[in-house]
Amino acid sequence: MITKRIIPCLDVKNGRVVKGTNFKNLNDVSSPVELARYYSECGADELVFYDITASYEGRQLFTDILKEVASQIFIPLTVGGGINTVEDFDRVLKCGADKVSVNSGAIKNPDLISQAARLYGNQCVVLSADIKRVDGQFRIFAKGGREDTGIEAIGWIKKCVEMGAGEVVVNSIDTDGVKKGFDIEMLKAVRAAVNVPVIASGGAGSAEDFVTLFKEIPDMDAGLAASIFHFSEVLIPDLKRLMKENDINVR
Amino acid sequence: MIAIIDYGVGNLFSLESSFRAIGQEVRVTDNTDEIRKADKIILPGVGAFEDAVKKLKNTGLDLVLKEEAAKGKPVMGICLGMQMLFERSFEYGCHEGLGLIKGDIIPFEGEIASSLKIPHIGWNALEIKEDLPIFRHIKNGDHVYFVHSYFAQVTEETIAKCEYGTVFTAAVGKDNIYGCQFHPEKSGQVGLGILKGFCELGG
Repeated sequence: MITKRIIPCLDVKNGRVVKGTNFKNLNDVSSPVELARYYSECGADELVFYDITASYEGRQLFTDILKEVASQIFIPLTVGGGINTVEDFDRVLKCGADKVSVNSGAIKNPDLISQAARLYGNQCVVLSADIKRVDGQFRIFAKGGREDTGIEAIGWIKKCVEMGAGEVVVNSIDTDGVKKGFDIEMLKAVRAAVNVPVIASGGAGSAEDFVTLFKEIPDMDAGLAASIFHFSEVLIPDLKRLMKENDINVR
Repeated sequence: MIAIIDYGVGNLFSLESSFRAIGQEVRVTDNTDEIRKADKIILPGVGAFEDAVKKLKNTGLDLVLKEEAAKGKPVMGICLGMQMLFERSFEYGCHEGLGLIKGDIIPFEGEIASSLKIPHIGWNALEIKEDLPIFRHIKNGDHVYFVHSYFAQVTEETIAKCEYGTVFTAAVGKDNIYGCQFHPEKSGQVGLGILKGFCELGG
């Protein structure tokens, strides 16, 4: 049967990988190509590249870097950040991306999801949702977590899946960077609402947090993290070993 | 030289790069002479079966592929490219394939528990037939990356099986004709190992 996926996320700005706490105070971590190769060699199941400033400043993804990564790394690659049109899909897919993640672009124009799904298939379209609790409600945030859209998250995710999103990344702004574990409550709510793969993001501080995730929500598909991997606080081979010891199916 | 047939479907960047990564000269081409000159041929494919077969036949390259295969040149179909090697597919109707491998392509829907998501996407384990040269660089139980909603049932030409609600053909092999349902170019070292095994085949 399909294994649970461990996905390092590389937030890219000016050609470098960065990661901040609650999306602020970004620190330069390393070269995207070097990190990607390292992760691929140590057993990452997939890589996600976000151009975190693209939607804010309207900048285009650094396709040269993506191309360099895709020519050397042979595991699935998801690319996001600044994806506003089907032409943006086309651009990153030609550079070797397998899936394209939409966030602000889908909020501005939800038809983007159905258009892209028709052209490239649902499996290619990933909805990335930055979610934060506001007044007791799960709320969708845009522009890299800077802007409250007022949209209720669960309904939004359901709508996007109906339109053709083949996978959902749930990033909890409430737990992001806090390193005390995934947002189990939020993730359970999303998992129950849709029948496509759901990827948990935001809050992992240790290998045990991944075990807790897959034990608490057995039909969760993947766990995503950034800084704990970039700073070698959690090594993927150790994490996989721990998951295996806990009877979680891994590669 | 390996020729990857370019008939206008999908993105061949990763596939091309993966052959380069194992030190293999490779050409993405729709040129008949180049395909005839190649040592081995790759038939890629993503998207819908009917559309892909139509596009391939429109280029006339299906005939070149069949002729070269008949001469004993190693050929490998990947993902939809593997499915196209079969006789028929029941993806949105019934469509004729190239008929190089016996059998049909059928949907997961209705064949597996409804709790299982379709498409089958992710890393899954291979149960490989022993002592095949193409698998010399990998071992039984290794994981590869799948993305598909239709599959080939297990037959005597199946050389690797996989399980997702049902046991299906992950790879086929008949004489010099091979096919992988999974994406070797997205399956890390295991995938590269299979491509290497294919490149080292005689023929």
